[in-house]
Amino acid sequence: MPKKRVVLTFPPSLVSQPVTYHLVKDYDLMVNILRGVVTPNEESGLVVELSGAKHALEGGMKYLSETGIHVQPLGQDIKWHEDKCTHCTACIPACPTQALTVDRESMEVSFEKDKCIACELCIQICPYRALEIQF
Amino acid sequence: MSKTIQEINEKIKKGSAVVVTAEEIIDIVRKKGAKKAASEVDVVTTGTFGPMCSSGAYFNLGHTKPRIKIGGGTCTLNDVPCYTGFAAVDVILGATAMPDYDQRNSIYPGSFKYGGAHVIEELVAGKAVKLSATAYGTDCYPRKSVETMVYLADMNEAVLFDPRNCYQNYNVAVNCSDKVIYTYMGRLLPRIGNANYCSAGQLSPLLNDPLYKTIGIGTRIFLGGGQGYVSWQGTQHNPNVKRSDNGVPRMGSGTLAVMGDLKQMSPEWLRGASMTGYGVTLTVGIGVPIPILNEEIVQYTAVRDEEIFAQVIDYSKNYPEVIPGSVAEVNYAQLKSGSITLEGRQVPTGGLSSYVCAQKIAATLKKWIVDKKFYLSEPAALLPSVDSGISVKLMADRPVKK
Ligand code: SF4
Ligand code: SF4
Repeated sequence: MPKKRVVLTFPPSLVSQPVTYHLVKDYDLMVNILRGVVTPNEESGLVVELSGAKHALEGGMKYLSETGIHVQPLGQDIKWHEDKCTHCTACIPACPTQALTVDRESMEVSFEKDKCIACELCIQICPYRALEIQF
Repeated sequence: MSKTIQEINEKIKKGSAVVVTAEEIIDIVRKKGAKKAASEVDVVTTGTFGPMCSSGAYFNLGHTKPRIKIGGGTCTLNDVPCYTGFAAVDVILGATAMPDYDQRNSIYPGSFKYGGAHVIEELVAGKAVKLSATAYGTDCYPRKSVETMVYLADMNEAVLFDPRNCYQNYNVAVNCSDKVIYTYMGRLLPRIGNANYCSAGQLSPLLNDPLYKTIGIGTRIFLGGGQGYVSWQGTQHNPNVKRSDNGVPRMGSGTLAVMGDLKQMSPEWLRGASMTGYGVTLTVGIGVPIPILNEEIVQYTAVRDEEIFAQVIDYSKNYPEVIPGSVAEVNYAQLKSGSITLEGRQVPTGGLSSYVCAQKIAATLKKWIVDKKFYLSEPAALLPSVDSGISVKLMADRPVKK
């Protein structure tokens, strides 16, 4: 199923709009919220992953820009090179979304790409360049 | 009942030696008791895989035709400067050395992408490395410069030499200031935003032989994927620190100097590391076998993470200014759980030493011994222990005579 990861920035006037409701109901899209800061009366942001049929995605994107929400594709992808990772766990506290996690029994680190919001906080932490930005 | 190293080696030869890892011995001693465990188990294997700046390698590059005396001249490997204060073609490369053109931390915080540690890793991986050397030229060594590509296999000797490694316990680093700091213990967030530790805990070699009763000069070890040796006590070996009743130091204490043939080693166990805002360092895999000579020794090896304590140190002030005092004392079971409680708050923890790799090293060493590829060696001398009176000193700051 086609997917799109986008950063949505809402001006204060649009914060109360039921955007995700419309995306689901009117466009039959799956909306996965990766990260969000929503504060009434202030500019707010959401990082979402939309998945659905190709035409539904296009429709949803059109709807979003027409409402006045600023839509920006999520810039980069973060790649975790498993072969370079030593499972030291240095990056774990840095990751805000738990895309990087440790199994505390085995102490093994794993990366769930779907949870990664490409904030890049982990990049400078990894001493072995096991985490990399891919453009 | 007690055993000798010789008896253990005979058992290894016969294929009857019982070898377990420092993790496995914990349950064995708990279930069977120290007495039975000591008679049943012959060797306990340990492991650690953490960054250590006091690492390096020396090489004999082979003579050029005509000859060059690099000693007293200059030499770089992939632009990383080597130390040339030895004979014609003997050079030392330190893990933390960097090319002259590296911007260090002049662009904040500094990324330190490539240095001596990476050169060592690439050589061990079999890659070609650019050698550039200059000399002043003499009657017997006329050549004044050389530039060529070299491989590890070309060198007459290539020896990993770490003046200090295998730290017995270490600080847990936090930042009590209100701005981010970059240290050799990683990025530390303000107001104790995170806590980083660096030890394999219950698997760490010197934590399983806390009073250095078996590990000494000449002990054969797993080093970087090959077989190496303990060559001396490490620099800053500091046996006289606060210890628990089980003999285990509650802060950084003993260290090992280790060496071994680089040509036997593998890039899996020698990894160049870039510490943002700090510098380049080398992560070295080390595993030490502990001969179970008696009940006392087996009891030491049964130490668990919850019985090993470390000091939480403020790296924004106490560490750089050398001010004694710790924020708290925590144990490795707490550190490995992912968070510790400091000043009434949960603080997330991150490691620098890999427990997963330490397990793998202990398991590999165990397999080598079981497969009769590795025999224990008798140390020529034990390391200075608590009765040695040794303790680490600071540098004296004296006025310089003009
Ligand atoms: S970029 Fe790194 S820190 Fe940020 S969400 Fe992805 S994995 Fe986590
Ligand atoms: S910091 Fe790098 S090596 Fe360490 S666990 Fe994270 S990705 Fe792996």
